[in-house]
Amino acid sequence: MTQATDPAHAADSTLGHVLYVLRANPVTMLAFGMFAFLILSAIFGPALVPYDPLATNAAAALQPPSAAHWFGTDQVGRDVFSRVIVATRLDLSISVAAVALSFVVGSILGCIAGYWGGWLDSVLNRFLDTIMAFPLFVLAMGIVAALGNTIENIIYATAIINMPFYARLVRAEVNIRRDAGFVRAAKLAGSSDIRVLATQIFPNALPPMMVQVSLNLGWAILNAAGLSFIGLGVSPPTAEWGIMVAEGANFIVSGEWWLAVFPGLWLMFAVFTFNLLGDGLRDIVDPRKRT
Amino acid sequence: MLSSHPRLRATLWRVAQSIPVVIGVVVISFLLTRALPGDPAVYFAGVAADAASIEETRVAMGLDKPLPQQFVLYVGDLMRGDLGMSLSSGRSVVDDLANRLPASLELTLTALVLAVVIAVPLGVLAATRPGTWVDHLCRVVVTAGVSLPTFFTGILLIYIFYYLMGIAPSPLGRLDFIYLSPDHVTGFYLIDAALMGDWETWRGAAKQLILPASTLALFTLAPIARMTRAAMLTALSSDFIRTARAAGLSSRTVLYRYAFRNALLPVVTTLGMVFSFALGANVLVEKVFAWPGIGSYAVEALVVSDYAAVQGFVLAMALLFVALNLVIDLLYTAIDPRIGFDAK
Repeated sequence: MTQATDPAHAADSTLGHVLYVLRANPVTMLAFGMFAFLILSAIFGPALVPYDPLATNAAAALQPPSAAHWFGTDQVGRDVFSRVIVATRLDLSISVAAVALSFVVGSILGCIAGYWGGWLDSVLNRFLDTIMAFPLFVLAMGIVAALGNTIENIIYATAIINMPFYARLVRAEVNIRRDAGFVRAAKLAGSSDIRVLATQIFPNALPPMMVQVSLNLGWAILNAAGLSFIGLGVSPPTAEWGIMVAEGANFIVSGEWWLAVFPGLWLMFAVFTFNLLGDGLRDIVDPRKRT
Repeated sequence: MLSSHPRLRATLWRVAQSIPVVIGVVVISFLLTRALPGDPAVYFAGVAADAASIEETRVAMGLDKPLPQQFVLYVGDLMRGDLGMSLSSGRSVVDDLANRLPASLELTLTALVLAVVIAVPLGVLAATRPGTWVDHLCRVVVTAGVSLPTFFTGILLIYIFYYLMGIAPSPLGRLDFIYLSPDHVTGFYLIDAALMGDWETWRGAAKQLILPASTLALFTLAPIARMTRAAMLTALSSDFIRTARAAGLSSRTVLYRYAFRNALLPVVTTLGMVFSFALGANVLVEKVFAWPGIGSYAVEALVVSDYAAVQGFVLAMALLFVALNLVIDLLYTAIDPRIGFDAK
């Protein structure tokens, strides 16, 4: 770790590098802006939307977008705009919770396998290979079907199918530093294995992990929305992008496009944001991998 | 004998490597069927079951025995090709899956061929002309492609091509009801209709196939194009290309015989990951287009809590994926001339 030698200077140059990348790559800046927008609508959206996302109004059913209803109304007269914005919180929570879970579990398993190696490593590798031997979305379907059809189980399923990516990344990062000079020094200074792992080795894996988290968030949202699109997890009156697209799909063949298109666009927007952000973060973290 | 055939030995070694994976897959799918909260027999007997039929299911599935013994029974059933009975269709799950598998394969394979045919040239062009419009197009396609939810793309395509333009047939299944389905030979309508020489049915089936296949292709295009571009860039900047250029070989030879053949290897490797995505996305696309494949079968089974059918589907998909990966790796051995020497 270079930062250990001269923390103040290193921090300066890191910040400088971040600012340089942001200036040089306006797309990354845009991605951060889009990200802020999503976070804000997740936090304040439910308080700000013009209509109650669950309030039905039979008199105003299936109206196309207008000044009163920006995204139109659905088959029972609910305001699509309000529902799309309110759904942001649920969709983001599901994917953030899932990714956080796979981050923690993957890190622990990866650290154990990469640091101690041996049979633990072989067992973990076999286990990860087996998870990856399933088409991941299909495995998620199977897990939700087995554990029961609830939102928590959507989160667990998404976490399980994402976990191998983190475990492998951490394992590789820990493994190459297992015998590094600074690790031996820390051990000689009397630190326990766990302490060395947590304070000396694991922090080195964080930058690539952050990139993985960002790219993964987009995928987790897609995955969760896909599961609710086929009727798993979230149940109908709830506002959620996947289920809104599924409900709207029934009206697309008769021309009421706004029911499915707006939640779908929002979903795309969220996934796109996280993908852009992931690419941008990679430029900051690892300039060599720029594409 | 094997030592004199390094390539054969490498092939057999690769086939042997997939055995532990298959065992792992079977273990996980066993755990999935037994991890049901509460009493699995209640779930497998169905919603309408009474105490007697629950007990009957318990004995029939061996759920009254200890877990290791249950696993042995489960594996025995699998060996005999018995995945249990589907509650919703009343037939055995294996028959249902076998009936519907060709529809899914026809859709997935058509989509993959479509994706490869578009993505590989796009990636090659982007890599050889960096900074031009092809390069930018490739980047946009790659970033947008991975952000597109397949089910949403499908709905958009239906809206544009069926509702607005009226070119596409209604998105309901493999063949419009005005056609008779072709005689069952392979189960692939395009092939069966061609074998019968019934080109009208062939056109009808192709028309139904275009939209769902394009939806799936749009989704799988992105990772292939991205990988082709990256692999071509790496190959083009390596020393042997510089040497080949310095030796005065034509740019065509350098590009296709030297760079492209080397770039092909990482692309074939990514195909495995792409298959994983494609098989998952396949479920969503089948639901959108009411395609009568195993994906929509699983979705229908999920809705009515038909557990045997869902778990049979998960297992079948996993085995299909393992088989596809095996084929890809064997293909890899075939196109990489170094493999034979490595195995010596």
